[in-house]
Amino acid sequence: MSVEYIIAFLITVVGASTPILLAGLGELVTEKSGVLNLGVEGMMLIGAIAGFATMDLTGNPWLAVLVAAASGAAVSMIFAVLTLGLSANQVATGLALTIFGTGLSSLVGQGFTGHGIPTFDSIFPAALATDRFGRVLFSYSPLVYFAIVMVGVVWWFLNRTRPGLILRAVGENDLSAHSIGYSVIGVRYAAVAFGGAMAGIGGAYFPLVLTPQWSEGLTSGRGWIAVALVVFSGWRPGLLLAGAYFFGLLGTLELFAKAAGSGWTSVLPSEAWAAFPYLATVIVLAAISASKSAGGNAPATLGRPFIPSA
Amino acid sequence: MIRLNRRTFIAGAGAAATLPLLASRASAADPLKVGYIYVGPINDGGWNTAHEAGRQQMLKALGDKVTSIYVENVAEGPDSERVMRDLVNQGCKLIYATSVGYNDFALNVAKAFPDVKVEMCTGWNHADNLSNYNIRFHQARSIFGTMAAMLSKTGVGGYLATQAVPEVVSGINSFTIAARKVNPNWKTKVIWINTWYDPAKEADAARALIAQGADVLTQHTDSPAAVQVCEKAGIPTFGQGADQSAFGPTMCKSSSLDLWGSFYTTRTQAVLDGSWKPDDTYWGFKEGALDIAPIVNVPADVKAAAEKVKAGWLDGSYNVYAGPIKAQDGTEKAPAGGALDDGAILGMDWLAEGVDGPLPS
Amino acid sequence: MRLKLEKRAEPSRLMLYATPVGAVVLTMVIGAIIFSAIGYNGLNAVYQVFIAPVVTVYKWQDIALKASPLILIGVGLAVGNRAAIWNIGAEGQYILGALGGVGVGILTLNAHGPWILPLMVLAGLVAGALWGAIPALLRTRFNVNETLSSLMMTYVAVHLMNYLVTGPWKNKKGFSYPQTPGLTPDQHLPTLIPGTVVHYGILFTLIIAVLMWLLMTRSVFGFQVRVVGAAPSAARYGGFSQRLTIWLVFLLSGALAGLAGIFEVAGPYGQMTLGFPQNYGFTAIIVAFLGRLNPLGVIIAGIVMAITYVGGDLAQSAAQLPNASKGIFQAMVLFLLLASDILVRYRVRVVTKAPRPTTLEAAQPARETP
Repeated sequence: MSVEYIIAFLITVVGASTPILLAGLGELVTEKSGVLNLGVEGMMLIGAIAGFATMDLTGNPWLAVLVAAASGAAVSMIFAVLTLGLSANQVATGLALTIFGTGLSSLVGQGFTGHGIPTFDSIFPAALATDRFGRVLFSYSPLVYFAIVMVGVVWWFLNRTRPGLILRAVGENDLSAHSIGYSVIGVRYAAVAFGGAMAGIGGAYFPLVLTPQWSEGLTSGRGWIAVALVVFSGWRPGLLLAGAYFFGLLGTLELFAKAAGSGWTSVLPSEAWAAFPYLATVIVLAAISASKSAGGNAPATLGRPFIPSA
Repeated sequence: MIRLNRRTFIAGAGAAATLPLLASRASAADPLKVGYIYVGPINDGGWNTAHEAGRQQMLKALGDKVTSIYVENVAEGPDSERVMRDLVNQGCKLIYATSVGYNDFALNVAKAFPDVKVEMCTGWNHADNLSNYNIRFHQARSIFGTMAAMLSKTGVGGYLATQAVPEVVSGINSFTIAARKVNPNWKTKVIWINTWYDPAKEADAARALIAQGADVLTQHTDSPAAVQVCEKAGIPTFGQGADQSAFGPTMCKSSSLDLWGSFYTTRTQAVLDGSWKPDDTYWGFKEGALDIAPIVNVPADVKAAAEKVKAGWLDGSYNVYAGPIKAQDGTEKAPAGGALDDGAILGMDWLAEGVDGPLPS
Repeated sequence: MRLKLEKRAEPSRLMLYATPVGAVVLTMVIGAIIFSAIGYNGLNAVYQVFIAPVVTVYKWQDIALKASPLILIGVGLAVGNRAAIWNIGAEGQYILGALGGVGVGILTLNAHGPWILPLMVLAGLVAGALWGAIPALLRTRFNVNETLSSLMMTYVAVHLMNYLVTGPWKNKKGFSYPQTPGLTPDQHLPTLIPGTVVHYGILFTLIIAVLMWLLMTRSVFGFQVRVVGAAPSAARYGGFSQRLTIWLVFLLSGALAGLAGIFEVAGPYGQMTLGFPQNYGFTAIIVAFLGRLNPLGVIIAGIVMAITYVGGDLAQSAAQLPNASKGIFQAMVLFLLLASDILVRYRVRVVTKAPRPTTLEAAQPARETP
């Protein structure tokens, strides 16, 4: 295995991990406020087509990211109104959002199939990325660095700021938060919107960086992995980062196993490598959940609608 | 109020069965209705785009005598049978099923509607009203293999393959055998991604092949995703189905062009004048069903070599499947002086010497 | 004047049954408007998707064929959701059921006899149940959220299927196309109505759905499931073990999903291909909700969903509507249904301002009544 091979491997891993990291961070904040939004896959697809379309029409990647974030947030409002405004069941509504997002992105994408767009490349000067270390550190799209920075931002927000404390309080005990005078519904709306925006950016990563073309179902289930990742990480941003890269690693292993034909990776059939991330999630979930009481670190009100007494 | 019971079901089915007869009585005066089912979107920039272009050509050539409907994104499986039945019930007397996964269901439809003609692309079943059609894609592959060996520095090529059906296997073999004529130590690395159209997967697979040391790439998938990856990575590549150089202006040296238009025109005309007979149509450069996009951005000697191969196909002096041909495991598939016949090519289930890695199994 | 939501004393039965109907009707209306807005003939589109399949007799067989797996899986999910157990992995159990049946089929390719098909069906049922047992085990032993675990197992199931269909189970005589050998006549579900695609599996689906309804409404098990879902602590006092309920529910819904899988393979498909998974396991969740978690309602909901599938294809060929419109209609139905749920639990009251007191009343202070 040459150094070139390892570098290509590492770069692919980073590419595979970033979208789930972005969407995972969004879902983490949403869930911390007590809302379980299973519509991540749908929101990612909406962000993907929004980002793609904007890039195709304007050629401005920053605008594309912005539009993707706004679209993800907008579509998450459907979920928010139904679950927070009308107390609809969160699991079913999230699923409906996924189906809707898949269908709507397909419909809008019809007009863009076959178009190629420029990719959202690194803004670092090319000179930095010529040698091996340079490539591993500096050759990525700004979205990769954004994702990593957001891990720190989310952690700091949740643990070191007052609004973050309020959000966590709402997630742990909505009735008490309400009685102190905080708007539980308002906080949750904001959390859902943030989740939608991040999912939108995560989805936009696919066409803007990985595959500069539109096709239906571009995200291939990454949204679900992001949801699993949040539980996997025990709702902690730092572990989320590690988990996202772990998944990216496993996914890349499958691909490189297929390409190698022979070699150490053919010890298992390539489909076994493909199933690894999901099996690993299940195993880790079992280990985490078993070692603590019901659900581990989960916010206490997760998934339950807010019903103020009287 | 309609009572839903067994009697009404059978009555309904019986009524439905007479619909084709009604339709056929009408069609003597009306234009021939031709149905197409596509496995992906018509603007995928590859396989389906080419079929749609062929359909448009046929419509232009035959004018008022035909009308046509098409359905995109028809999943390979029983859904395709339902869609084909819908087309028949809407009056189609000729159906073109354009992907290999429709094979068994096309047969079902042919059996259920004996007065409808079904043309199955890259299929292998036979019936009185079922015909198969195919293009000698391997002719174009041999040109690309020749060019690849001349352009490559590492002597390793990458092949983005889909499923291990004969059409794909033959493409890989032809590419490899032709390359080996230029460089006897040529190796082709293959990734089987088991899907015809999934740009994200195709891009990932292309990157993986490049990481494995391939410095020339080609593909059998329907989208130009691999071409885009190669353009970014500075790797020469060849597109498939339609001219994909728009996605790789410097790196896409040529593309295979599936030209279904003349086939569709000819066969539809045969139905119109009653001379249609089931066949195993297998056209290539000579019949105008296949061509390659203009060769760009290569040294003069590479271009000359490519043109020589193409001319060889046209005048019969070049045949990539002329013996001696050896499989990966060393068995001789064609002796020196002999050649593989059409049957062997259409049923190819072995990989040639020089291909790295086994058939998926 | 404003709208006020007033909680009802008990859920409104009228609204319970009217809201699914309303959701479908409203979807048709909104759908027509939206598609007209984006340049299609909205009315024709809605007609093709919702009405044409119902009035075109030869389409009924297609509706029955499509509805069958949705109903079968939906019924299992309805039971689970009553117990507040979220089996999102029905798609995986569906695939495993098909694999189990096909596995037996491959072993018996050269055998003959009427025992083969029932054996395959049994294998499918068991395989689906076993796959459903995994999230049950994880939930009862390790407290793992069953939504996530069942979902992850779905992806594992897909890759397992990919491996088997492209590898050890691939048809050696099929020109290397990744599919299993075609099922023999002994292994095919016989046709129920000659000349159509309606097979015996469809009949069994209806029978099972009715049985499930009887089970849920007339048996102790049904009562247990509903209590565990509605009031877990009360259930414990009543001696109903939540753990046992979880196991039974997952085994049941897994078995039913697996059954749907083998019915599909032995019915319309005739073999396993890579394109076998059609997301029925996920659509069945909508079906379960649309049917208000009542097996009889699920039958109707399954038919309605099947109509959108069949109509969606018709709309493509007849109205040139894009393929994606199917998913949008289905999602709209679910959204509207979920939104209208509130009408079941709350009454909408129009509140007007209280009338101003007359000057006489204002002048006299209110007297305290003893």
